[in-house]
Amino acid sequence: MNAPVKFYQTGTFTVGNRLLAPGRRTVQASAERSNSINSGHRACQGCGEALGARYAVDAAMRATAGKLIAANATGCLEVFSTPYPETSWQLPWIHSLFGNAAAVGTGIAAALKVKARKGGDPAVRVIAQGGDGGTTDIGFGCLSGMFERNDDVLYICYDNEAYMNTGVQRSSATPAGARTNTTMAVGAEPGAPQGQGKNLPLIAMAHGIPYVATATVADLHDLEAKVLRAMSIRGARYLHVLVPCPLGWGAASHDTIRLARLARETGLFPEFEAEHGEVTAVTKIRHRVPVEEYLRPQKRFAHLFGSPGHPEMVAAMQAHADRNIRRFGLLAEES
Amino acid sequence: MKKPFAITLDPGSSLANKTGSWRSERPVYVDRLPPCNAQCPAGEDIQGWLYHAESGGYEAAWRHLVRDNPFPAVMGRVCYHSCEGACNRGKLDVAVGINSVERFLGDEAIRRGWRFDPPAADTGRHVLVVGAGPSGLSAAYHLRRRGHRVTVREAGPKAGGMMRFGIPQYRLPRDVLDAEVQRLVEFGVTLQLGAKVGHIAGAMAAGGFDAAFLAVGAHIARRAFIPAKDSARILDAVKVLHSMEEGERPMLGRRVVVYGGGNTAIDVARTARRLGATEAVIVYRRTRERMPAHDFEVEEALQEGVQVKWLSTILQADASGTLTIEKMVLDDKGNPQPTGEYETLASDSLVLALGQDVDLGLLEGVPGLVISDGVVEVDTATMMTGHAGLFAGGDMVPAERNVTVAVGHGKRAARHIDAWLRGKAAEAGEKHEPATFERLNPWYYSDAPQTVRPQLALARRTSSFDEVQGGLTEENALFEARRCLSCGNCFECHNCYGVCPDNANVKLGPGKRFSINYDYCKGCGVCVAECPCGAIRMEPEAN
Repeated sequence: MNAPVKFYQTGTFTVGNRLLAPGRRTVQASAERSNSINSGHRACQGCGEALGARYAVDAAMRATAGKLIAANATGCLEVFSTPYPETSWQLPWIHSLFGNAAAVGTGIAAALKVKARKGGDPAVRVIAQGGDGGTTDIGFGCLSGMFERNDDVLYICYDNEAYMNTGVQRSSATPAGARTNTTMAVGAEPGAPQGQGKNLPLIAMAHGIPYVATATVADLHDLEAKVLRAMSIRGARYLHVLVPCPLGWGAASHDTIRLARLARETGLFPEFEAEHGEVTAVTKIRHRVPVEEYLRPQKRFAHLFGSPGHPEMVAAMQAHADRNIRRFGLLAEES
Repeated sequence: MKKPFAITLDPGSSLANKTGSWRSERPVYVDRLPPCNAQCPAGEDIQGWLYHAESGGYEAAWRHLVRDNPFPAVMGRVCYHSCEGACNRGKLDVAVGINSVERFLGDEAIRRGWRFDPPAADTGRHVLVVGAGPSGLSAAYHLRRRGHRVTVREAGPKAGGMMRFGIPQYRLPRDVLDAEVQRLVEFGVTLQLGAKVGHIAGAMAAGGFDAAFLAVGAHIARRAFIPAKDSARILDAVKVLHSMEEGERPMLGRRVVVYGGGNTAIDVARTARRLGATEAVIVYRRTRERMPAHDFEVEEALQEGVQVKWLSTILQADASGTLTIEKMVLDDKGNPQPTGEYETLASDSLVLALGQDVDLGLLEGVPGLVISDGVVEVDTATMMTGHAGLFAGGDMVPAERNVTVAVGHGKRAARHIDAWLRGKAAEAGEKHEPATFERLNPWYYSDAPQTVRPQLALARRTSSFDEVQGGLTEENALFEARRCLSCGNCFECHNCYGVCPDNANVKLGPGKRFSINYDYCKGCGVCVAECPCGAIRMEPEAN
C-alpha cells in the first residue's frame, strides 16, 4: 500500500470497525469486555442507564485491569441491578444510602490509602456512581465535599433528567417544560418550571478539580476516551453521562441512542472536557438539527406541540441550545 | 455453609433472571438484497465483492466478482453501471463508484496474472456455444465452471463479438479484451475462430453435443429508405465500426453525418472525429431527453466537438452529398411529426446507425422455435428456446442490448443448461427482501464524496484512439470501496453488540458476525434502530 488511506467507512462512529487498527477499537467491541453489569438485570427495555453504566464501568475496568471498587447511590441503577440476593455486578460493589455515594467513595479511597501503606495494592481504584437525583439533589453536599477535598474518586452521574425509580418525579436536572408526575402538563406554563437550571458539570468545574467531562451513550468512542482519561488522573474527577429513559421520557425503547445523539446534535447537551476548571476540548456537532427534532419523539414534551401548543417554550429551548453552541463553540469551523 | 455476619441467603447472579420472557418482538439477523445487486443485469454480488475490497483484499474481491462475471476489466470500461443509479449512497451524497472499482480489480487481475479457480470435476457432457461475444463467452465460462466441456464456434476471425467489432478502442483497449479472453481459453474453453455454424441441428449432430447455447448477436444493419443518387456515399454503422478492427479503415471524409440516436451513432461520430473529420454531425429525430444513447456518452461526444441536429430527419441525399433535412416537432405522445420546414446539410459521407437485426440463417428448419420481430423467443427464466436443449441469449433474444445484459444471459443460460443436462430444474436461489434506504441508519457513515476518474486530455481524445477514461489508483480504489454502505448485509461494525443494554447480542468472532441470546433479549429494538446497514429485522413473537 502507498500512502495510508484515512477513510474508514464508518470511522469511529460505530462501536467497532474491522478496518480500524485494534488499538483504536472500543472496549465494547471486544469479546473480552468485562460486562460489568451482567444480563438478567431488571432495567426497562432500552434502558439508557444500564447501557451507560456498562460503557463507563467496562472502560474503567479496562483502565485498571479489573482492580476497581464501585460505590452506588440509591436509584434505578441500584434497584434494577441488585434485587437481593441476585446481583448483576461483576466487580466489588457497595450501596449505602441515596445521598452518600460520594462520601462512601471517599471512605473507600481513604481505606485503600491506608491499606497501601500497609502493603496493600496501590493500584486499586474507586468509582462512585448515581443518577441525577442522587447527584444533583440529594447527594450534592457529599459530592461537593469530595470535590473540595480532591479525594481520589471518579464520580459518574448517569443523568436521565428525573427520579425514574420512584415513578418520574422532577429533579434539579429536569429540563424546563418537561412533564413529570410532579410537574404536570397543565396551566399557562406546563411542565417543569423555567428556573435558572443547575448545571452540575459547570459546578464541578468551579471546584477546580483535575477533570470534568460530559458524554452521552450515543458516542461510545468519546465516552470511553473520557473514562480512560479520567482514570489516568488521581484526585477528584467528575463524569456526567446523558442516558435517555424510555419510560420517563415517553419515548420508544428503540430510540434511546437516537435521542442521546439528537441531544448533542441540537446543542442541548454540550459534550466537553475540562481540567482544573478550564474547558480543554469540546466535541463538535456533526449535523446540526433544530431542537424540535429532539423534543417531538418524547411524550414528556408532547404538550409543546399541536394546537395551541407552546411555541414560545420551544423557542426558549432553541435559544438555550444556541447559547450552548456559542458558549462552548460546538460548531465546526466553516471552511 | 458458613455465611458472613447478618447474611442469610446465598449470593446469586442475575443470570438466573431470564428477562427474555418480557419480549413481545424479537430482533433477527437478516441479509437483505442491496439495490446494486438487484439492479445488476449480470447478477453480480457487488456488495459482496466490495466487502473484500474494503479491507484491501483485492484478490478475494476479484475471485468473489468472477463467480458471476468473467470480464471485470471489460465491465469496468463498457458497463453502463445502472447499479450506481440504484446505489443508496446516492441519497446520502454521491453513489459509490462501483464501476471504477470493478475496473481497478479487473486491471489488477491482469497485471498480477490472477487465474480462475479450477473448474468442477468433468461431467462428461459437451456443450456447443455459437458466437464468441459477451453472452457466448459468459455461458462458456459458467458451463466450464460446472465441469462441462465447452466448444465455442465463432464465425469471425477474433473473439469478442460486439466488444471487439462494435465498441471503439478508445472505450475498450483491445489488450484488455484479449487478456480476459485469453484467461478464459486457459480455463479450458475450446475456442474455434472462423468457424461459422451454418445450421445448428447439423452442427450438434456432427459434433455430438448435448446442448447448445446460441449467441450470434445482431450484426445486420437496419436500413432506412433514403432516396439518393448513385454517387452519394452512404455507409452503415456496423460496417464502419467493424472495419476499424479489420482491413482498411473506412474513408469517411471531412464532413460526416451520422443518422440515429443510439450509442452506436455516438460511437461512429466519435470515431469519425478521431479519423480526422472536421465535422461530425449526428442527425436525430427526437430530443436529447428522448435519446436512447446514454447521456454521459452524449456529453463526452459533445466535448469532443461532435454536433447534434435534434428533431431532424434526413429526406434525401443528392450526388454531391447534400442532404435534405426536415425539422420535426414532438407531439403529445413524444413522437416526432414533420413540420414541412426543410434545410440542407453538406456531407462527404452519411452513416446510418438505425439499429441492427439478427442473422437467423442457422436456425432454419429447427422445430419448436418461435421468432418474432426478428429475434428468437426464449423463456426468460431459463433462456431456453422453444426447442428443448437449445438455449439463446444476447442481442438475438428480446432484451436490452448491451454487454452486461448479454453476460447475464450467458450466466443464466449456463445455470439452466446445467440443470437441463442433469435432468432436473435449477434450484431457485434464496430470495431476500430489498435493502431500501429507509432500512439504513446513515448517520454512522463517514462523509465522503465520490472519487473522480481522470480523463484523457481533450486534444488527444480527438486525435487518437487512446482510452478516454482513466482508472483509479489503489489508494483511490480503496477509498471508493469503503464508501459502500453494505446495504442489508452485516459488515461487522459491532453496533448491535455494543448498544444492547442487556448484553444479549453475542459476538461470534471476526467474519462470523453476531447472534442473539434470546434468554436475555428484552426486545427493545435498539440494535435494529442502530444497525447502520439494516441487517436486523424486528419480528413479532409467536405468542
